[in-house]
Amino acid sequence: MTLAVKSLLVVASLALAACNNPDRYGAGGPGGAGGPGGAGGIDTTGLGDPNNPTSIAYFNQRVGDRVLFAVDQSTISPEGRAVLTAQAQWLMTNTGYAAIIEGHADEQGTREYNLALGARRAAAVQNFLISQGVPANRLRTISYGKERPIEVCSTEECYMKNRRAVTVLSAGAGV
Amino acid sequence: MRAVLRTLLALIVGLTLTGVTPVLAQNAPPRIVIGPGVIEPMPIAIPTFIDEGGAGEYAREIGRVVQSDLEGTGFFRTIGEEAYISRITGFDAPVAFEDWKAINAQVLITGAVSVSGDRITVKFRAYDVFNGQVMEGAALQFAGTTQGWRRMAHKVADVVYSKITGEGGYFDSRVVFVSESGPKNQRLKRLAVMDYDGANVAYLTDSSAIVLAPRFSPSGDRILYTSYESGFPRITLLDVASLARQSLDEQPGTMTFAPRFSPDGGTVVFSLERGGNTDIYALNLSSGGLSQLTNAPSIETAPSFSPDGSQIVFESDRTGSPQIYVMPASGGEGTRISGGAGRYGTPVWSPRGDLIAFTKQNEGRFHIGVMRTDGSEERLLTASFLDEGPTWAPNGRVLMFTRETSGAGGQATLWSVDITGRNLKQIPTEGPASDPAWSPLLP
Repeated sequence: MTLAVKSLLVVASLALAACNNPDRYGAGGPGGAGGPGGAGGIDTTGLGDPNNPTSIAYFNQRVGDRVLFAVDQSTISPEGRAVLTAQAQWLMTNTGYAAIIEGHADEQGTREYNLALGARRAAAVQNFLISQGVPANRLRTISYGKERPIEVCSTEECYMKNRRAVTVLSAGAGV
Repeated sequence: MRAVLRTLLALIVGLTLTGVTPVLAQNAPPRIVIGPGVIEPMPIAIPTFIDEGGAGEYAREIGRVVQSDLEGTGFFRTIGEEAYISRITGFDAPVAFEDWKAINAQVLITGAVSVSGDRITVKFRAYDVFNGQVMEGAALQFAGTTQGWRRMAHKVADVVYSKITGEGGYFDSRVVFVSESGPKNQRLKRLAVMDYDGANVAYLTDSSAIVLAPRFSPSGDRILYTSYESGFPRITLLDVASLARQSLDEQPGTMTFAPRFSPDGGTVVFSLERGGNTDIYALNLSSGGLSQLTNAPSIETAPSFSPDGSQIVFESDRTGSPQIYVMPASGGEGTRISGGAGRYGTPVWSPRGDLIAFTKQNEGRFHIGVMRTDGSEERLLTASFLDEGPTWAPNGRVLMFTRETSGAGGQATLWSVDITGRNLKQIPTEGPASDPAWSPLLP
């Protein structure tokens, strides 16, 4: 009936408008690509040459842009400490970059709890980097909770890669 | 004789169903007591509403919505037209009650619709067939614009439901939710609102930023939600009529989420994260005054007021796993009320004040459950790979929640269930949907 048709038209036009507005984490965004274990291949376009030690690509791939966490935990593992120590050294050498640390959780948890858990993980990384000498004003945190998994299966194999904190670089001395 | 037969039927059916107890005494008004008891749905008749001028399809459609509302509760069964012995020829024509008794209709709902321009008038009567009387207070007329025709049908059904169950209605209500699209690792989300049954969808935001967990104000005129519009999660207030929105908290370096209104609509409780630690705060909307309600190194989130505004139920992982606590509305450490095995989250106080609904995670499964406000009498109502985020119907008898399937193709859908655990069903939506929040009953 006409009411239904009208609602459909409204829906269709809004859907079209929405297509032009992927969120900042969408296609081409900083988090979808890059880093070991990333989903769907690694796209380094615009990130510089991974062989150039001052490039973002080098940081993402050679230094390592992320650390992983145990279920419900925000404690940094020995492997994570090694990655973050290298991140801190890189950041102190390459002072033209700031970083946003993105905290994530796997899908086993409620939405709001996972937001808080992701924030706790991001803060753990931030605190570690600061303790290694990175100026606090170059670091900022954000949590995506369980909103942005990089792996989409529902087993521990994927969950372990989704429980992560990713250090996302941007050009600029502060955030 | 008939009563005996029906009792027998009830006993047989009672082995597999739970929930409703129609009272069968012939001289008592038709009555369903919603509780842990058992029994068959009450048979009712809803003949096509009379067209009293210009009603066209509205007459038939309104009757269909009334039928869908009542049958959707699981407490009523509509007798098909083919069984009718007599017809309703006019709204004020005498009713041949014997003919409706003969087909075992306990309640007969007659109605009439007229339309003039964009104005529609709906009137109805609900009869107690065995007594041959209009049920007290169940003869009403609603008038408004044709655009609101479904609301009028919902109001008819609310009156009938209310008279027969003794509970408040909930059909004339809206649900705000998050409409989802796109793959699991790149989900697009935007706010949408619909009738409680999934009809009349309207979108409130675009999907340019992640939006989460909307909640209606007590009068339904405003919506609180969490938005990444600024690049960071912030609690945001949306005016439903104008769609104007404002971010409520702008403290740099912090993240705010999980907002919910106080019962008077003047205060927002929410979670604020600073330096990795999440606590609960209250923001006075008129003064802008901010007060900290919890102060612990653990995660404190998902606050929800008691309906009298005196207490707040919330979630904390201070013992190492998320559990449910209750504190005074002024803040404090709170008293733990969840006691079973597993992790508890998203507590929501019933509008009736008697129960708290929650999400429980245990042994790899998620459940929606209810417990009394002291944590006793926990009952799990659902189980699946991922059920979460219950919201109460305005009458405190039905819950809606998000159910998400597993794997790469996993999608979220909306479901509802009675607090007795029966009548679990999916709410039809055009695409994947999550985070429902029920409005109050509309005026």
